[in-house]
Amino acid sequence: MLELRAVTAGYGQFTALWDVSLRVDAGEAVAVVGPNGAGKTTLMRVISGLVRPRAGDLVFEGVSLTGRPPHEIVAHGIAHVPEGRRLFPALTVAENLKMGAFLPAARRAFAASLERVFGLFPVLAERRTQRAGSLSGGEQQMLAVGRALMSQPRLILLDEPSMGLAPVMVLRLFDLIRRVREEGYTILVVEQNVRQVLKLVDRAYLLEVGRIKIEGRADALGDQDFVRKAYVGL
Amino acid sequence: MIDPIFLLEAAINGILLGGVLALLALGLNLIFGVIDIVWIAYVDLVMLCMYAVYFLVTVHGWPLALAGLVSVGAGALLGLAVHLLVITPILGTPPVNQLLATGGLLFFLQSFATFLWSTDHKSVRLSLPSYEMAGIFLPATRLIPFAISILAMLGLYLFLTRTYMGTAIRAVSQDREAMSLMGASPQRVYLMTSAVGGAMAGLAATLLSMQYSVHPFFGAQFGPLTFMICVLGGLGNMVGAFVASFVMSEIISVGGVIMSTEMGYVIAFVVFIVMMFVRPAGILGARRE
Repeated sequence: MLELRAVTAGYGQFTALWDVSLRVDAGEAVAVVGPNGAGKTTLMRVISGLVRPRAGDLVFEGVSLTGRPPHEIVAHGIAHVPEGRRLFPALTVAENLKMGAFLPAARRAFAASLERVFGLFPVLAERRTQRAGSLSGGEQQMLAVGRALMSQPRLILLDEPSMGLAPVMVLRLFDLIRRVREEGYTILVVEQNVRQVLKLVDRAYLLEVGRIKIEGRADALGDQDFVRKAYVGL
Repeated sequence: MIDPIFLLEAAINGILLGGVLALLALGLNLIFGVIDIVWIAYVDLVMLCMYAVYFLVTVHGWPLALAGLVSVGAGALLGLAVHLLVITPILGTPPVNQLLATGGLLFFLQSFATFLWSTDHKSVRLSLPSYEMAGIFLPATRLIPFAISILAMLGLYLFLTRTYMGTAIRAVSQDREAMSLMGASPQRVYLMTSAVGGAMAGLAATLLSMQYSVHPFFGAQFGPLTFMICVLGGLGNMVGAFVASFVMSEIISVGGVIMSTEMGYVIAFVVFIVMMFVRPAGILGARRE
């Protein structure tokens, strides 16, 4: 479904990703784990078009999306839930969801998408007239995921969904992501919370200082050595 | 002692003036709130549209309403042109460049208008009735602009809150990058904002034509006042600008009757300066992320 071939990317003089190749098949859940500063967020930003790769190819469902702007990439079916959620704080919950359905095709399916999102996250229906900025951290993360679902994506990029959440909320959030997965979405998730995320996904990549170090099935990689490496960077 | 009826009349005139000022201030503020650039030359676009209205009405004999529609369309096109030709190349550069570029546009438009149409004051002469109520005169040339301004602002409110594009305009002002992830091209949203802001300038031009004559320095007459209102309301804060418009117009109108027209403006500017010390973020406190 998604394939990155030898992608190199960075900001200015700084190179954050070196020759990264990665693959996500339809229906899969894949994690990218690694220590802080490994380039995980840059990887997500390359896929959604926020960062242009210097070299390499980005192919989604057989179409090359390399160098396309973000508003075109989301139209191809990739929704990005960015690090830090990036909601529109002064807009209401309902307005944030409406913006998720900004694309013409998504607008036509607005009512059905909204019903599905409210089905997954009933608390958003209760809070629909509240400003997004007034929600709790967990609710904000649900809104960020719900907003991404409104664009009718086939692939969802989740960047550090558990960041800034209380431990209890982290567990609940992973349950909710599991339910999103069961709805048939393909997921690529970046996480610091390695133990939890390995229970969620089929496969995982370990990213270290901008390079893919290990790749494998989540159950095989769930051993202590790998987890230790991901946490401390060796 | 001034007859209270004059004060009441001045207060009502203040409200009527405030409506049109609010239209101008909201147009400028909308653009600032979204694109983060103050169009110093905003009221000079109004001036150009006023010339369009003047020539269509007096030379070509068009009815004012029709000339007004053309003016709104011309304003929207001017807004697009300013964004594409002046703003787009300097987006993301230091604020001083933006100030210089839009300030330069102001002098260009003033000189251009002087060159084409001389410095004569030109006015569409309208013969509209004046209504008298309990000794207070309410001229239609003020009532109609006020009513249309309020309707236009209501329309703007509905656009910004009910439509996808309008909501996207507000969203972009909060997080441009996140809005591009929603599938909105930032340039498209900017162009839409500039066109709406320009159309508001075109509408304001039509309404101001009913009360004021146009000349190349019309922008200097209303530009600083409009900018002041935006700052007083808190730059980018639409509700604040709306309230500030009426505060300023009341000071100018009532102060003008108590002392003199010139003193009305002096008091307004003094109040502005004092308010900048007391509430630097605007009367309602600006919403700045």
